[in-house]
Amino acid sequence: MSVNENTHQDEDRGFQSGMPNSVLHIDDVHKSFAGLHALSDVDLDVREGETHAIIGPNGAGKSTLLNVCVGRLKPDRGAVVFDGEVLTGKSPHEINQLGVARVFQTPEVFPDLTVLENVMVPALSNRDGHFTLNPFKRFSAERQLREEAEHVLESVGLTAQLTDLSSSMSRGDKRRLELAMGLIQKPRLLLLDEPTAGMARADTNATIDLLKQIKEGGMTKVIIEHDMHVVFSLADRISVLAGGRIIAQGTPEEIKVNPKVKEAYLGEEQV
Amino acid sequence: MEAIVLQVLNGLDKGSAYALIALGLTLIFGTLGVVNFAHGALFMIGAFCAVTLSRLLTLSHIVIDETQKDFLGNARKVEVPYIYDIFGEAAGNVIIDWAVPISIIVAIPVMMAIGVAIERGLIKHFYKRPHADQILVTFGLAIVLQEIIKYFYGANPIPTPAPDAFRGSFDFGAALGFDPNVIIYPYWRLVYFGFAAIIISAVFAFLQFTTFGMVVRAGMADRETVGLLGINIDRRFTIMFGLAAAVAGLAGVMYTPINSPNYHMGMDFLVLSFVVVVVGGMGSLVGAVLAGFLLGILESIASMGAVLAVLPGINQIILYLVAIIILLTRPRGLMGRAGVMED
Amino acid sequence: MLGLEKSDFRLLLLVIVLTLFAPFLLNPFPVDSTMAQFNAGYPDLMQRFVIFGIFAIGFNILFGLTGYLSFGHAAFLGAGSYAAIWMMKLLTMNVIPAIVLSIVVAGLFSLAVGFVSLRRSGIYFSILTLAFAQMSYSLAYSVLTPITGGETGLQPKIDDPRILDSVLAVGQQARANLFGLDMSTSHDLIVGGWAFTFNAGYYVAALLMVISFYISIRIFRSPFGLMLRAIKSNQNRLGYTGVSARPYTLAAFVISGMYAGLAGGLMVAMDTQAGAERMFWTASGEVVLMTILGGAGTLIGPVLGAGMIKYMENIVSKINSTVLEGWFAWMPEIIQDVVVAVVYPFVGKGWHLTLGLVFMLVVIFLPGGLMEGFRRISDRFFGGSRKTDNSTGGTTAPTAAE
Repeated sequence: MSVNENTHQDEDRGFQSGMPNSVLHIDDVHKSFAGLHALSDVDLDVREGETHAIIGPNGAGKSTLLNVCVGRLKPDRGAVVFDGEVLTGKSPHEINQLGVARVFQTPEVFPDLTVLENVMVPALSNRDGHFTLNPFKRFSAERQLREEAEHVLESVGLTAQLTDLSSSMSRGDKRRLELAMGLIQKPRLLLLDEPTAGMARADTNATIDLLKQIKEGGMTKVIIEHDMHVVFSLADRISVLAGGRIIAQGTPEEIKVNPKVKEAYLGEEQV
Repeated sequence: MEAIVLQVLNGLDKGSAYALIALGLTLIFGTLGVVNFAHGALFMIGAFCAVTLSRLLTLSHIVIDETQKDFLGNARKVEVPYIYDIFGEAAGNVIIDWAVPISIIVAIPVMMAIGVAIERGLIKHFYKRPHADQILVTFGLAIVLQEIIKYFYGANPIPTPAPDAFRGSFDFGAALGFDPNVIIYPYWRLVYFGFAAIIISAVFAFLQFTTFGMVVRAGMADRETVGLLGINIDRRFTIMFGLAAAVAGLAGVMYTPINSPNYHMGMDFLVLSFVVVVVGGMGSLVGAVLAGFLLGILESIASMGAVLAVLPGINQIILYLVAIIILLTRPRGLMGRAGVMED
Repeated sequence: MLGLEKSDFRLLLLVIVLTLFAPFLLNPFPVDSTMAQFNAGYPDLMQRFVIFGIFAIGFNILFGLTGYLSFGHAAFLGAGSYAAIWMMKLLTMNVIPAIVLSIVVAGLFSLAVGFVSLRRSGIYFSILTLAFAQMSYSLAYSVLTPITGGETGLQPKIDDPRILDSVLAVGQQARANLFGLDMSTSHDLIVGGWAFTFNAGYYVAALLMVISFYISIRIFRSPFGLMLRAIKSNQNRLGYTGVSARPYTLAAFVISGMYAGLAGGLMVAMDTQAGAERMFWTASGEVVLMTILGGAGTLIGPVLGAGMIKYMENIVSKINSTVLEGWFAWMPEIIQDVVVAVVYPFVGKGWHLTLGLVFMLVVIFLPGGLMEGFRRISDRFFGGSRKTDNSTGGTTAPTAAE
């Protein structure tokens, strides 16, 4: 519904920035740590509704790129533009409020809150904005949000643990909770940092199925992933990052046959 | 001009105490990552080491002195310190007179032992707990230590004089070419300043030139890596805690002639020492020392009549004001490292 | 009921019943018995229980929920006291305007201090609040003497304007009142050997504490409260979910500052005096002790902690060696001497030592305070299978909820 309307608007904007349907535009981003170039001349466009995978060998700068997008790191040069808004220089909560959610690689949940509460925090932030002074409102009266949260938790398979403290969960369960925290916000853009790392094969497949379902909902996703099985099951387009530069971009089929990519991955994983 | 020189000098002794306490706080903080609210109590215990020793030295037994007669012609009962029995009266008197400086020798092992005991018995279990818990448990410890001292020594300040040789004052003004009798400075404060300078240099030299110190410095910068090298950093850190306790204790010992010690003197100094550490920059040893002297002098300049006429009451709040401004404009303090305790 | 869950409502009812019958409950020993010195049911102490209860409830909203450890909350209590006493000097001895102004002034003051202090977190925040409080204390003692009365503090004087009150008759003293009801009015009820005192001031303060407690439950159970707990749990992550932590912490800081102001105003309403010592940092430390002893982050814990410390301060501190000897008189003399010698340092003037030790033990072994202790005991006796419900609202100790 609202997603479709947005699609239409973004088409117009996308054309202005020179790329069809571009919703996230990374413009010539540079980042170095103590003289070491983590990212250089990175240009990237993510189209509305697509699942865009960023792959590359270890230390290629994938996580740095994601951190630049969500405001955790400030680029030395260049800018990140989301839907016509410049994200660079904005604080993390402002970026999230614009509709960009991030799923962390190492689960960063609220350990002292229950699983349900963990999901309610982003749900409330989505509805009420970055700050609402409502000390007399009853949390228990938030039935609608609660149902939504329970629904999302059901989709990641955490229904049985709603009232458990998240600190008592296994690492794999925490990753699923992370995913639920991202999904509950129905973000326009979801950034996933290795969502299946460390998961068993069955769980990985379940996560792939889940992400495929959301794809049908029209959410734009950027996914960083090591597991090529995941990448080729999900991605519409792939960008390959090596040594802080984008060395190739294209559909999965194009990437598979790209000689540069093979070179970058030589000795690493089998494509 | 004279007035300013005088105030700078006056600031030195307080500044020395701040610097010594802040140095110890920073050592603990930089090595163990623990905010030690009991550090002021260690300073106080140091002071009471001096009190205890001077009491022990004057411990007396009663002797019937046939040479002295009271008005009835009976022999007088005289209290004779045991120390006379050992060293004779003349030497005994010198020893009693020098009780405070002698206490240094006693205080070093005592304070080291207390420090090591605290680290092994208590602090060790709090490395992985939140900083708030560390603050709270050391705050509790400070109360306990304070109350123990209060139980044994009472609540009133106990005058503990400097040796006779250092009583009286030195006419600094005359020495510097100003009018005599304008800048008068008690000898003991000079001694205190010199003592502080020696201790501070010794700590720095120790950290700079010994292997032990190098490992500790490396550990301060990156504990995990040093741990990976197979060096037992924990044991060294325990010793560092003992060392920091000894520094605080010595600062306390030598401070007794300046201010008669009482059981809550540690807390009074602690609050200001935190201010000093924050201004100097958490985790920076040089910063702590510099800020200690700087704030000591600043405080005493702020209490000059001319300054007070313009800004009444400024002497009461100057340190806090500086701390607030520094924390807000230079969150890392004068010389602090990035990322220290910023979570 | 009243917008509360059943278990919370029961807790509120319990608090109401306890405060209502406190004069009975705190005086369980007949006046003539040797145990009478443990009776805490006299107006002055009962007032302190509820006033410090309010202070701790408020502090808990900041520390218990967000984890921000303020070492300067006494400054707001002191500011509230000064505001209240000035209202009594200038306007009327009726306590209502005094209390209202004390909340407003403390709220504004905490807004200013919080705005600056909350730019930093962790240990830096603690030191900033400590610095602000010590600064306020020093200023109140020195430069601000015209406003604060300096060392002597402030009391109502015969020649104060008090524009709303009628002129005092000769020899009459200005007394704090609620529309004519003198705060110091007491009614003694004597039943057999027992005496119970019902004091007007106590009940005014108790009513306000019940209201404060109710508000704090509502805050704990609101989405706002959830955000505060999320800040404590993982402030960094909160930003990436689109929540800005700063306004939430500031709101919590101001709310707890207003609670402190209310407590300060109530103190003035009871004893009609204000002094700088109420702002000293040890007073800030005391509310930290209360909150943690009772159980930071629990609803009722801080009130218990406040009660415990005030009881120790006023009752345990009165146990001297004669009393101890009386207790252990049944023992053989040598054993008696030993026991008295061992116990003596911990009671009477040494009560602080006991407090420090208990506090350390709680921090080391019971991070959730007395409330966690109770929960562990009840788990042991009634089986540890209870589910993690929300009834304790985010305790500090994760172990307790497993």
